[in-house]
Amino acid sequence: MPLQSLDILRRSATTTPSTQARKPIEVAKLIDVTTCIGCKACQVACSEWNDLREDVGSCIGVYDNPIDLSAQAWTVMRFTETEENGKLEWLIRKDGCMHCADPGCLKSCPSPGAIIQYKNGIVDFNEENCIGCGYCVTGCPFNVPRISKEDSKAYKCSLCSDRVAVGQEPACVKTCPTGAIQFGSKEDMKEVAATRIADLKKRGYDNAGLYDPEGVGGTHVMYVLHHADKPQLYHNLPKNPTISPLVSLWKGATKPLATLALAGIALGSLFHYVAKGPNEVSKEIEDEIEKEDAQ
Amino acid sequence: MIRDPKDLKRYNASERVNHWIVGISFILLALSGLSFFHPAFFPLNQLFGGPVWARILHPFVGVVMAVAFFIIFFRFRKLNVMHASDWEWLKRSHEMVNGDDHNMPEQGKYNGGQKMLFWVLGLCMLGMTVSGILIWRAYFGFDITLVRLGAVAHAAVAAVMIGLIMVHVYAAIWVKGTVRAMWYGTVTRAWAKQHHRAWYRQVTGK
Repeated sequence: MPLQSLDILRRSATTTPSTQARKPIEVAKLIDVTTCIGCKACQVACSEWNDLREDVGSCIGVYDNPIDLSAQAWTVMRFTETEENGKLEWLIRKDGCMHCADPGCLKSCPSPGAIIQYKNGIVDFNEENCIGCGYCVTGCPFNVPRISKEDSKAYKCSLCSDRVAVGQEPACVKTCPTGAIQFGSKEDMKEVAATRIADLKKRGYDNAGLYDPEGVGGTHVMYVLHHADKPQLYHNLPKNPTISPLVSLWKGATKPLATLALAGIALGSLFHYVAKGPNEVSKEIEDEIEKEDAQ
Repeated sequence: MIRDPKDLKRYNASERVNHWIVGISFILLALSGLSFFHPAFFPLNQLFGGPVWARILHPFVGVVMAVAFFIIFFRFRKLNVMHASDWEWLKRSHEMVNGDDHNMPEQGKYNGGQKMLFWVLGLCMLGMTVSGILIWRAYFGFDITLVRLGAVAHAAVAAVMIGLIMVHVYAAIWVKGTVRAMWYGTVTRAWAKQHHRAWYRQVTGK
């Protein structure tokens, strides 16, 4: 839910600048995957604060529950069992919106103001303006937005924009018992991550690193990964996420080119008519027909 | 309605109804589709009861258009087979566009330009139908790459199609005495003799 008190950087399907006067700092949520114990307290806190209740699902043989994001589940823990360096590893990743600096959802959305990006980096859906087309799903490189079966509106993590607006951390951060989720300015979070990564490297995780993918301009939800060289291990976290070239083509070149071409045809037709005059049946042929009739 | 008993029948009532089902659904689709295409066109959705209704209705109208289009396509496909004289006509179409059609090669019921339009529109309609199904999220859930391909194809082909239909409509307005063929089915003999002489000979025996 968007709040007017937050400064807006960009809004969907809008060609004029949004409010530019104030420059608040960018925020970020840092998820330290290496400290996560998979307790799902964050899922519960999210559900509580945002007043969401996913149906009780069924066990599919792994710990994932709910098994996917939905209109009622804006964050889910993804559990992966893998073997790295000859050892079994149980990788747990809290999945949800990454709040990209260059959001594919916002770029794709055709409805003015249905998706907004605040100056602090939060990308938020305004369901009131959502038309239910699902273009945000098409545009997202992380497969995050979900269209509700009840109301055909798109939903996803809001990074608790309502809490952040009044100086509080997101609900998942507040509740995390191990401190695996932290919140602050993006700069501070990078520093916290750097300290943790140095620690992990000392402990043998040579490829530990920060996940803040450049392909989407960086994200406002970042991960500390023990295997930053292989993010795919964490339930297919994309290695180099970018807005698909197909989406860029669709929302980039096609729009102005097609609009200009159509305007050109309309104006061209008008001026052709004015310049050349109508193509009428010639007097000569009309006379021929009249002569035939007279015979 | 018979205006002049010697007028030539160009389309029967069923063909005309078929054409206008395609035409009306096309206009509805273009207006609602453009509203999702560029923010400048977004207010067009008000014609459909707002953006949500435009989103709900658009694909259903699309189904109507696709069905009506393919029926008319199959009815007219034989009449639109390209012949040597059609290619010749196309080569010299600049003369026609320049406003001088007196030396154009004799044409049957359709000229080379109309025939090309027919086939290209057929391809576009096929593209729109397939890509439209790919992005119809309310009822279908395809692989994300297919959906993205569908989205860009739907927008690009739609732009081509709208452009072609604008040319189609303009040609009908520009060539006087044409539009009535789709309103009440007939054209004057003089019109036929000037624009489609081979067809004129065929139907009048002259």
